[in-house]
Amino acid sequence: MKKIMLTAVLAVFTATGAFAETVRLGTEGAYEPWNFVNDAGKLDGFEIELGNELCKRASLSCEWVKNDWDSIIPNLKSGNYDAIIAGMSITEERQKAIDFTEEYYPADPSSYVGLAGAGDAVTKGVVAAQTATIHAGHVASSGATLVEFATAEETIAAVRNGEADAVLADSGYLKPIVEESNGALVFVGNQIQIGGGVGMGMRKSDGALRAKLNAAIASVKSDGTLNKMIAKWFGADAPQF
Amino acid sequence: MFLFCADPAAIEGLTWLSCYLTTGKHMAFYLSFLVVLVLMALAAPAAMLFGFVGALACRSRVAPVRFLGQGYITMVRGIPDIAFFLFVPVALDQAFEFLRHKTFCSETTQPVWRGNEFLVCDAAKLPLGTSPQWVHEIYGFMLALLAFAIVFGAFAGNTLRGAMRAVPDAQLQAAAAFGMTRRQIFWRVHLPQMWVFALPGLSNLWMILVKATPLLFLLGVEDVVYWARELGGSKTSAHSYPHGDWRLWYFLGLLVFYLALTWLSEKFFTKLMARFSFGQATLGGSEAAS
Amino acid sequence: MTSCVDTIQDYGLRAIGIGERLLPKSDITLCEQFVLIGSGLLWNIYFGFIALLLGFWLATALALGKNSHLIWLRLPSNWFVFLFRGSPLFIQFFLAYEAFVLLPKVGIEFEIFGTVFAAETRWLTRAWLGALLVLFCNTAAYSAEIFYGALKSIPVGEIEAADSFGMSGTKKFTRIIWPTMLRLGWPSYTNEAIFLFHATALVFFSSFPAWRQKGDALYYASYLADKTFNPFIPYPILAGYFILVTVLIIWIFGCVNRRLNRHLPDSQRPKRPKFQFIR
Repeated sequence: MKKIMLTAVLAVFTATGAFAETVRLGTEGAYEPWNFVNDAGKLDGFEIELGNELCKRASLSCEWVKNDWDSIIPNLKSGNYDAIIAGMSITEERQKAIDFTEEYYPADPSSYVGLAGAGDAVTKGVVAAQTATIHAGHVASSGATLVEFATAEETIAAVRNGEADAVLADSGYLKPIVEESNGALVFVGNQIQIGGGVGMGMRKSDGALRAKLNAAIASVKSDGTLNKMIAKWFGADAPQF
Repeated sequence: MFLFCADPAAIEGLTWLSCYLTTGKHMAFYLSFLVVLVLMALAAPAAMLFGFVGALACRSRVAPVRFLGQGYITMVRGIPDIAFFLFVPVALDQAFEFLRHKTFCSETTQPVWRGNEFLVCDAAKLPLGTSPQWVHEIYGFMLALLAFAIVFGAFAGNTLRGAMRAVPDAQLQAAAAFGMTRRQIFWRVHLPQMWVFALPGLSNLWMILVKATPLLFLLGVEDVVYWARELGGSKTSAHSYPHGDWRLWYFLGLLVFYLALTWLSEKFFTKLMARFSFGQATLGGSEAAS
Repeated sequence: MTSCVDTIQDYGLRAIGIGERLLPKSDITLCEQFVLIGSGLLWNIYFGFIALLLGFWLATALALGKNSHLIWLRLPSNWFVFLFRGSPLFIQFFLAYEAFVLLPKVGIEFEIFGTVFAAETRWLTRAWLGALLVLFCNTAAYSAEIFYGALKSIPVGEIEAADSFGMSGTKKFTRIIWPTMLRLGWPSYTNEAIFLFHATALVFFSSFPAWRQKGDALYYASYLADKTFNPFIPYPILAGYFILVTVLIIWIFGCVNRRLNRHLPDSQRPKRPKFQFIR
């Protein structure tokens, strides 16, 4: 799946210069505030800032590649980029296919969001989720009716226009949307813990790169940089390390 | 873009719109129209080339070459183009890298497919891992272009083969009677006469090509559909220009773009077609003549 | 082999909601891939068959409309054909879906042949109706263009002969014009049927969401490619299925073609439909 996105990029040159190893980071670019395309047409978001910081600390020269969510793992495996940094939860199923770094965002419970006035019962009704996410898998086995959309954006639209009763997604993604909906959208039901924390996905054969990035993640964790970034992008009440 | 756009939250109305429509993201959107046009401009001749080779192969005296040509030309009848587009670029990419792996890294003993990972040595990577991003982008675009050329080459091959068959045998026999060689007959008599028969089919092919370009988006190229979706999606106040779900409007814009494109093409081809059917004893021909 | 029979029982009709509820997630066997993609093919056949069946009649009407001397028939027909032929199906699907979700969600009751049917506008946002409607309009527009072209190329001699027999109006149409139009347009119409069938693969790929993971062949093929991380098995399986159905379509349309041309002497019959495509 050669899905290199054209004009996708934000090349990051670190101070280490020409000798730095080039690492290509794959992201989706459509999951605010994790990763998205800003008004200038450049990649932006929590993971972009974090990724650049990690590369700096690991003395790597990093390049960003945008890739559709549904083919993001196959394209990692076929070598289009070297790491996935796209809000991907660490799950057992995925671990069979790829390796993960240490988590850089704590296990974040997923939430249901419905229209204002919807009761908790909607979580058993028609629930929208993005294709090939842990959320889609959860809804399919929860007994609710799953409606799948290719992007997270469309799942929200489906709830707004009444196509679906509720949407299941990461709380961090849903929070700003609910807050800015002027009361049209509300959290419903209980939060649920589906996946583990969020980590970077790597090919199983790339142990050396994984070790480097793990060290960098440990370093941003220990000096508090990571917590600052989380607070900046997800608000003060977001889970911290 | 404009100076007054410095604080988007403070402006409204037409000023807001003029700022909104000139963000960097919108510029990328406008540029993507160019990407689509470039793809069409390059894919058409490339597909003609593939089609021509395919049609020639069909007429070959060597049986395996003939079967190969016929297989290529007929496959497009059976398989949806979208299935091709999901498959061909991956297959091509891995095939190229595999060949380079065999050439450049013959000393590597590890298999290329390990489990379900496809791993070639660093020197065989296409493009090289160290190349700048624009090389990767051009390579991605080229793969998409190649996929288009292969699929539409099969269509073109069909048309060209039909057109070659439609050239009256008497013409070729007359050429043979003049003592021309096979090669001469083909290049001097058969080929020039074939184009007349091929034109209607090829004009249709162009229309199909135009309407297949939104599928570029499935090939991972950031085309008009990608940006329309991206721009139209509702934006929270993390963006300078928050708005609701505007995808409908963006897609209406795309609709107009494609309608205009096909309208222009149709205009051009109707003029061409009118010439061909003029004076023939059919309802269309007699109306044109009267 | 016995396990494959189980798989067929579990997933053979999965696409229409019968059988195992959860799709296979890991350790996916070749048999599961064949069965799931095959079950998705039911949707492709449903879309293709119904759209073609209904589209045929609208296409005939549109072709006549395009050929009409009355401007209020000709203009709408021309516009309809232009709109659906001039824009990519991909974008039509998207716009249709976006427009359908904006409709007020109401129930409508109507009576056909004494039976009361209850319909909901909400159904339009579902693929089985919404996408079908788009495909129906789409194939009607393309077929109308084919039929219109055929109408234009009816030999004037046949019309003159009908006139000299004193045929007029309906009789001339049903006995001479319509059959001749079909006969002349049939090879192209065969290809339209094939193209339409291929186009059904776009339904769940563009905008119509899959409900309860009930989707078409391509939906399952991409699901399996995602789960197995290997596109080299599901997509060729998909291609194989599509080739099979295409062969079937060519065969059925070939039978009709023989019937349409049965009055011609052997030497004048088209040997086999040429690959003329209007799309």
